[in-house]
Amino acid sequence: MELSAFIIFVAAIFTSNILLTNFLGMCSFLSVSREVQSSLGLGLAVFFVMTVTTALNYAVYYFILVPLDIVYLQYIIFIIVIAAFVQLTEMVVERFSPLLYYSLGIFLPLITVNCAILGVSLFMIIRNYTFLQAVAYGAGSGLGWLLAILALAGIRQRIKEKYVPAGLVGAGLSLITTGIMALAFVGFSGIVVIQ
Amino acid sequence: MTKKQIFMTSAFTENSIWRQILGICSALAVTNLMLNSLVMGLGVIFTLALAGFTISLLRNYIPKRIRMMVQTLIIASYVIIVDLVLKAYFPQISTALGPYVGLIITNCIIMGRAEAFAGKNPPLAAMIDGIGAGVGYTFVLLVISFVRELFGFGTLFGIPILGDWWTKWSIMVMAPSAFFMLAMLIWIVNTKSAKRG
Repeated sequence: MELSAFIIFVAAIFTSNILLTNFLGMCSFLSVSREVQSSLGLGLAVFFVMTVTTALNYAVYYFILVPLDIVYLQYIIFIIVIAAFVQLTEMVVERFSPLLYYSLGIFLPLITVNCAILGVSLFMIIRNYTFLQAVAYGAGSGLGWLLAILALAGIRQRIKEKYVPAGLVGAGLSLITTGIMALAFVGFSGIVVIQ
Repeated sequence: MTKKQIFMTSAFTENSIWRQILGICSALAVTNLMLNSLVMGLGVIFTLALAGFTISLLRNYIPKRIRMMVQTLIIASYVIIVDLVLKAYFPQISTALGPYVGLIITNCIIMGRAEAFAGKNPPLAAMIDGIGAGVGYTFVLLVISFVRELFGFGTLFGIPILGDWWTKWSIMVMAPSAFFMLAMLIWIVNTKSAKRG
């Protein structure tokens, strides 16, 4: 069945959230989600980089790797494309908007090792998306990730002062919170399914 | 430190998952079946050991400024080997694991061990450290998938254990249970180590 790009976009945000159902991008998700402000910065950066690198990797895969028959190199090539694009963005932002550069700070370089970015590129190849579908999937996943990290940061700020068992403080509590959020997102899964 | 100490430290006392909360993406994603977890664990052990060895061999030749890029490329080369071997000999498992094999590249454990250990120590020690970290990782994966597969499907490694009377807990198959199981594991380990130390 051919899915329209819009359906994939919505599904990537809600029913197949890259973080809550595919578990990608957990490392920075847990370590950065202490405050809403920094979560928003990182989330927006991920959204932007994910959308563009998905388009770039699509072009590289179908116009360079497939004709030359070097598909097995896809991991290395994808990583290089992502790293190069992040580096480039960093330089452009630093040149034209120093203010934004300082507020993003370390978040941009962190994105290179965010597995959600590479994951989206790999999923797009495995699921045989068209170009439009791939871009919609990248943008939707980025927004979904932003949504999830904002929600977790909000909850964590609320429960910071509350009493919890000592062994759960930190990662344990965040994981349980995320689990409950994931349960809520399971409720969306009846709307549309993309595999 | 002796070889055995290096191994035990990186496998258990400083276990990447429950001590440092690294590499949990794949720990959550592939743990609904024990077989998938085992294969994934073996892939990670292989990559960790050889990437650690190679990075340590080259540690004096890699310029400091671009070391992350070089390390990533070394890791990616080994991951491609793992991926091709899986595709050739275990196509079913390769399909089931999907993109998670490729995502070993961005698994923070490997980068973490490269930065923390392989970049400063001789090759053999780095390899043992890598195997240790990989065994610790596999251990966690197997514990989580043991519970999830047993309650979710009533089987272990695909072999029926609980029989027909067992009502399958469908939540164990779904994503949220992975978060809960990992949180429980971290909770138990933290409480134990707080009591001991």
